[in-house]
Amino acid sequence: MSCSAAIGPPQWLAKPDFQAVIDALVAAGHRVVGPRVAAGAIVLDDVACVADLPAGWLDDQDGGSYRLRRDEAAGCFDHVVGPHSLKNFLFPAREPVATFIRDGAGWREQPLVPDPAPLAVLGVRGCDLAALAIQDAVFLRADVADSTYRGRRAGLFIVAVNCRRAAATCFCHSMQCGPAAGPGFDLAVTEIDDRFAIEAGTTKGAALLAAVATRATLTPCTPADTAAVRDVPQALGRWMHSRQAMPGAAAPRSLDTTDIRDLLFGNLEHPHWAAIADRCLACGNCTLVCPTCFCHSVEDVPDLSGDRATLERRWASCFTLDHAHMHGGGPRPTTASRYRQWLTHKLAGWIDQFGTSGCTGCGRCITWCPVGIDLTAEVAAIRAADARP
Amino acid sequence: MNVFRVAPPPRSPWHGRPARLVDVEPEAPGVATYRFDCGGPFHFAPGQFNMLHLPGIGAAAISISSAPDAATVGHTVRAVGNVTHALARLRPGAGVFLRGPWGKPWPLDALCDRDVVLVAGGVGLASLRSAIVAVGRRRGDFGRIRLLVGGRAPADLLYAREYPAWVRADIDIRTIVDRPAAGWPGPAGLVTDLLAGLDFDPRRTSLLCCGPEPMMRAVAAAGRARGLAATDIFLSLERNMACAAGLCGLCQFGPTFVCRDGPVFSHDRIAPFLAVRHL
Ligand SMILES: Cc1cc2nc3c(=O)[nH]c(=O)nc-3n(C[C@H](O)[C@H](O)[C@H](O)COP(=O)(O)OP(=O)(O)OC[C@H]3O[C@@H](n4cnc5c(N)ncnc54)[C@H](O)[C@@H]3O)c2cc1C
Ligand code: SF4
Ligand code: SF4
Ligand code: FES
Repeated sequence: MSCSAAIGPPQWLAKPDFQAVIDALVAAGHRVVGPRVAAGAIVLDDVACVADLPAGWLDDQDGGSYRLRRDEAAGCFDHVVGPHSLKNFLFPAREPVATFIRDGAGWREQPLVPDPAPLAVLGVRGCDLAALAIQDAVFLRADVADSTYRGRRAGLFIVAVNCRRAAATCFCHSMQCGPAAGPGFDLAVTEIDDRFAIEAGTTKGAALLAAVATRATLTPCTPADTAAVRDVPQALGRWMHSRQAMPGAAAPRSLDTTDIRDLLFGNLEHPHWAAIADRCLACGNCTLVCPTCFCHSVEDVPDLSGDRATLERRWASCFTLDHAHMHGGGPRPTTASRYRQWLTHKLAGWIDQFGTSGCTGCGRCITWCPVGIDLTAEVAAIRAADARP
Repeated sequence: MNVFRVAPPPRSPWHGRPARLVDVEPEAPGVATYRFDCGGPFHFAPGQFNMLHLPGIGAAAISISSAPDAATVGHTVRAVGNVTHALARLRPGAGVFLRGPWGKPWPLDALCDRDVVLVAGGVGLASLRSAIVAVGRRRGDFGRIRLLVGGRAPADLLYAREYPAWVRADIDIRTIVDRPAAGWPGPAGLVTDLLAGLDFDPRRTSLLCCGPEPMMRAVAAAGRARGLAATDIFLSLERNMACAAGLCGLCQFGPTFVCRDGPVFSHDRIAPFLAVRHL
């Protein structure tokens, strides 16, 4: 497969000159965030210079484990996904969605304070671009839209990266979300030796690239170079599909998605749900790190005078007992019923609701589960003992 | 005719119409009907609901119980928690926001010329009341209409003062209570007992039901056992809701959002999921 979401051929940019990309984004008024090492993990945070990027760091991930290690040969983006995703910025864990002030016996709406600067995010991978498209389908419908998400999304600038390494928890190839960065990026980079191949995916990206050209040298790729650039994520994808371990790299996971909606909805009473519940702590970490989970509750927060009220949106998780509480009790009193909700929503109900899976194969929920519950293994277990008539 | 149709801008789930509480009519212990003035007509279809928002307190999904063309919006509410208790303390003149209307209504247009059995449990009659009034206005469009109402005690039966008007509209009303008080002339038991005693032709009858979920499961099962097609049974489900617009995820039931795909569902759509515990 050689399709690409780029609108022009890639161009070479020396690695130190990636600073020109950051500078051009700042000059265009963006707040620039990207991967950074913090507290033993690679998180998304403000990036001011190329040196802030985690060059020389790799992340070893597996069920319930995440370790950073130095590897001098590792590039700026050879780590994979950390606990953060675009969701933390576009749909933050807590934020006001409306404010009201008292007006006589009634109330009047007050406009929200908009974000000071539009966001630019560096190092967005194929899986997280797919997650962004999935969250767009939730929050940006034609009939209903969340104005805070809509506002941030409109200003977002994405610098994607084509992966050349996968962790043992990755299975984007199974979900058709990677490892090549799919559509939706403004710019994409592919790291080769001491250079980046950089290409635009939108006219916004092309305009930024023109601004970069005034600050640094961009050299067009030859057709042979372009083929080599395209082959970087494709070679990784071939290896992921082969499911072979390599020296220094455990084989990635995979998920058989054949008929998965009917498989899961046809096995709602499967005994395996209770077997998972014996291990699951119902902590909700999986829903917090998942880049597509969108559940939220909205609390009315009055100020001390009682004359002003803020509607505050907070992430909710289907693993908590009070998720969807009702008079007479919540609908899912057991851990088995809550895990079933998570997995069937993600992999089955989402298809009815949004026409796509809710899973991108990023592997975060496997890594950040304290007991290492692995959805790919749980689906395989249900498939192996499919109880449908 | 308007040739150019401009798509309306997307609605915000968090912003509603300002409304003032006009008056409060007690209906039953802990239940009252609150009438709100929105300063103009409020268009909705029977079976739809509003998120009734009290700033600084919270919002709750409440069916619209008033007639579709009434000058005010009526909500019949049982005080059970945060918002509904605060509502019970509001004085006429107080301001709230009505976010809505949301949800799929009762399929009244599809019921033309059919016999209709309406089954209500407790405060579930609130959601059916606007349908009853609407059907009464177009009475000739429908065949026989029967209303089966169940409640805990006689004092819990809502809208009893309106029964005479409904009977005049040729709606056959039957009531039953779990705990009959002294002097209660009617039967004691569950609303399913009323359904068991009702004769109807399953081929020309549709059943609309709103009440506690176990009651709706039992009614749907009884209706199916009596030969009603799953596509002719409609239930109005309840789930916790924050947005009512398919955004917050709280109201999920199997693959559906109760707020957007419901609250009124035909039984064929949800039967496989209703049968599963703790879904
Ligand atoms: C489509 C639809 C239509 C409806 N129509 C009506 C109607 O017409 N009339 C009507 O009276 N009701 C109606 N309801 C029900 C109404 O929305 C609920 O009763 C709502 O919860 C009331 O809100 P509240 O803030 O007063 O209660 P809440 O404060 O939400 O409390 C509700 C119940 O949950 C419990 N609870 C509260 N917080 C928690 C927590 N954190 N964890 C666990 N349990 C908790 C409370 O003890 C209480 O029993 C409808 C619901 C839906 C979905
Ligand atoms: S379910 Fe797990 S693997 Fe899938 S997108 Fe969410 S966190 Fe990533
Ligand atoms: S129901 Fe659970 S799995 Fe689905 S979006 Fe909400 S928190 Fe995530
Ligand atoms: S109430 Fe928010 S999705 Fe249904």
